Amino acid sequence: MTGAAPEGRRRVAYLERGTYRQRRYRDAARILPLFATVLFLLPLFWPWDDAPGVRPSVTIVYLFGLWLVLIGLTALLSRRIRIDAPESENPAGVAEAPEA
Amino acid sequence: MISFNLLIAVSLGYVAFLFLVAFAAERRARRDRGQWLRNPLVYTLSLSIYCTAWTFYGAVGYAARSGFEYLTIYLGPTIVMIGWWWILRKLVRIGKTQRITSVADLISSRFGKSTALGVLVTLLAVAGTTPYIALQLQSVTQSLAVFAAQPGSGWDAGEFEGAAIWIAVGLALFTLIFGTRNLDVNERHHGVVMAIAVEAVVKLFALIAVGVFVVWGMAGGVSEMLARIDASAIADWQPVPHRWVGLIFLSGAALLTLPRMFQVMVVENADEKHLATASWAFPLYVLAMSLFVVPIAVTGLNLLPDAANPDLFVLTIPLATGNESLAILSFLGGFSSATSMVIVATIALATMVSNHIIAPIWLSSTQTGAALSGDVRGVIVMSRRISIAVILALGYLYFRLSGGGAALASIGLISFAGVVQVLPAMIAGIFWRGANRIGAGTGIVIGFAIWAWTLFLPSFGAGAVLSEAVMAEGPFGWGWLQPYGLFGITGLDPVVHTVFWSMFFNTGALVTLSVLTFPNPIERLQGAQFVNVFENSAGARTWAQSAARAEDLLIMAQRIIGHAEAQAMFRQEARAQGIDGYLPEVTPDLIGRLERMLAGSVGAATAHAMVGQLTGSAAVSVEDLIAVADETAQIVEYSNRLEAKSAEQERTARALREANEKLTAISIQKDAFLSQVSHELRTPMTSIRSFSEILREGEIDAEARARFAGIIHQESTRLTRLLDDLLDLSYLENGQVQLDLGRGSLADVLDRAVMAAGVPGDRLALRRDSASERVQIETDLERLTQVFINLITNAAKYCDADRPELVIRARAGAETCEVDFIDNGTPLDAEAQVLIFEKFSRLADEGKAGGAGLGLAICRQIMESLGGGISYLPGQGGPAFRVTLRHRARMAAQ
Repeated sequence: MTGAAPEGRRRVAYLERGTYRQRRYRDAARILPLFATVLFLLPLFWPWDDAPGVRPSVTIVYLFGLWLVLIGLTALLSRRIRIDAPESENPAGVAEAPEA
Repeated sequence: MISFNLLIAVSLGYVAFLFLVAFAAERRARRDRGQWLRNPLVYTLSLSIYCTAWTFYGAVGYAARSGFEYLTIYLGPTIVMIGWWWILRKLVRIGKTQRITSVADLISSRFGKSTALGVLVTLLAVAGTTPYIALQLQSVTQSLAVFAAQPGSGWDAGEFEGAAIWIAVGLALFTLIFGTRNLDVNERHHGVVMAIAVEAVVKLFALIAVGVFVVWGMAGGVSEMLARIDASAIADWQPVPHRWVGLIFLSGAALLTLPRMFQVMVVENADEKHLATASWAFPLYVLAMSLFVVPIAVTGLNLLPDAANPDLFVLTIPLATGNESLAILSFLGGFSSATSMVIVATIALATMVSNHIIAPIWLSSTQTGAALSGDVRGVIVMSRRISIAVILALGYLYFRLSGGGAALASIGLISFAGVVQVLPAMIAGIFWRGANRIGAGTGIVIGFAIWAWTLFLPSFGAGAVLSEAVMAEGPFGWGWLQPYGLFGITGLDPVVHTVFWSMFFNTGALVTLSVLTFPNPIERLQGAQFVNVFENSAGARTWAQSAARAEDLLIMAQRIIGHAEAQAMFRQEARAQGIDGYLPEVTPDLIGRLERMLAGSVGAATAHAMVGQLTGSAAVSVEDLIAVADETAQIVEYSNRLEAKSAEQERTARALREANEKLTAISIQKDAFLSQVSHELRTPMTSIRSFSEILREGEIDAEARARFAGIIHQESTRLTRLLDDLLDLSYLENGQVQLDLGRGSLADVLDRAVMAAGVPGDRLALRRDSASERVQIETDLERLTQVFINLITNAAKYCDADRPELVIRARAGAETCEVDFIDNGTPLDAEAQVLIFEKFSRLADEGKAGGAGLGLAICRQIMESLGGGISYLPGQGGPAFRVTLRHRARMAAQ
């Protein structure tokens, strides 16, 4: 009967530690591009029109530095995330809780 | 000096090397099914076809002209890759489960396997990619021209003019050989992917070599280089916000929608885990590709004359400083960037053209039984080959016609803006089930039109396609349709202007029409499949029962995916159904799987059409959908019913268990009683017998005889009472008793009972509330009296208090009257409360037992006959019984 009856699929409110951590890694992987976007747009707010201006070397260091940090974070997350673990929307495999 | 011959020799040698790599990879792939070739590194490197000759040469030119803005072209893809968990992972999963072969196939398959949408996206892709191919040819030609312009190179200007056509031919050859070698069920090209991975290394190495040379060889270190950059013209640069935002969006969107990127990222993907690696490795690659762009641009601006083309600094700087080997390496880098892009783009486009344009036309031209009789495989492969040749010819033609004048970067962006029109349909298609074919199609058409009007046509130059008057004032003088300033908004850069308005109307049309119109059943099925790809990996049924024969299906499959593959699949299906041989039962599921398999070769729409020819177009209908939904609902209901039933059974089992316990207890009681009864019957019988024997012998005096006769009488009376009780109960139980209804007051009944019970005051003190007893009742007064007597004598018999006391309390309700008998003895325990009304039940204390344990059972029967009841009343501090009676006795069923 599994799958045929959506009502039969039990959602689990609390997860064991490993699964919980996996979910949070996925959350982080989802939110990271948003942070990346904001940070890459940040130079638009720099004081370009002020007297000394912004030196291009600063721009280089900022953009490439940020880029490297994002690459590092993504690498970290993509190694931690178990890609073949089931989706959070379908905890059938993750949380085979005993029928309460 | 680099001679023409040397350059040609190097190029040919490089191409030969690529051929070798591709051949080796193909052979290897055939031997061990390509496992070794498909690793995350190769996957990431193959993604590098994002960096074309435009990047290799053009980025430096872009930086020289617009400072750091060139970075936007890499930041967009970086953000998309970092966000792989959102979109890319889903695309790759969908690509795998639905066996998607191209962007056009994705869109067509998602929106109901629509042929029209496939054609539309294919045309869009061709229109957007052809200029890009021209751009690659142009960049190679230009790089050759640089060498030709060197003093003493010894070649005519005419010699490299012809180079473009030879490059095009060479690329066509490579693509024909490795791109159409096999009509794979997964549309994968091991040789091509390996070759472009190698090319990715070459171009990265070349660019970094030039960069290292510029930074450490010429400037003398990083800090020195930074100082030079600060002193250069780039120091004056500041970002133009709308371009910065617009171009990051554009390049990010292009990564998803460019046909060649989709090909390597989704179609050629062998394992989703590779994507996890590419999510950081690809940004790292493009970071490395763009790291030295600014230093090279600054050095070029300082070193070379103002007239020098900044697009070619990567080549001209080594040449100007006499580094010929570095120049050749750099040339090879540019060459490999151009070739890898052209090869993959051509394969991707050829797949689209053959699957979505040629195959449908061919299918409809050979209307009946084409899937069976025609040489499908041959037609598809041939159509791919022709498509490759045609696409490259188109690219060459565009190159000749446009004259190779415009700056490289602008062509690249125009091309991006064109293919990005697929984005709304793609994103909505995988995240929003409600998106439908009409919305997606209209959105793409509108976006395409806006792109063509505001960017593509003007790109040929004012006066070329659109007259200068139209460019300045709009068609017919309608200023709001002016190509660079729709609706009078002229402050935007042309590319951003196009991207903004095309995306706006594209998305707007998609959403509006999707909301207003209704999709067909296959669209809805596919929509659910795409959007919920992670939840149900099993394919949905898109076919109802059909009349197709397994043999026909096998013949068709063999013609498309090859004999070995098709037979293996059919055999496996047959085995799964428990059938020997190659011909499984034709079920909707089988047809669905077969269709997906074929879709991997010829695209979803064509596969659907071909299967449709055989199965008599018995595609799924609304009724089938409803039937499927009904089936599910029935299963759900059935399971609910089962659950309810099992709960009911549990209840029944519990009740049975209780009944059984009760029965056992009663049975034990009965046994005990029977022995008691026989004992009680025997005791009087024994004395009756012995006394009557004495009387018979007659040797006794009159006094004794009278005494003995008295005893005999007394004993036989006891026996009679016992038998009367049993008889009475039996009558009552069988409803054979006649009720004698009369009217009277409760107080009278109680008085009579108390009197009849004859309990002395010191044995049991009675407490009555005469006020509450003034109730008129209509019932069988005699019987009621009998009940009351029983209760009072019981209390007298069993009350174990020092000063026995019985409280009799009456309470009249609207319809019923309750009379409670509460004494101050020890309350009954729960078990006894249940058993006390049973026949033959008697409390353990037998010593005081005068009766046979039938009293309360009789009381209960009487009260039930009178339409009332008697029950034990717990929690009163002592044994308590409540008699409930109606004011007007209802005649019990007799």
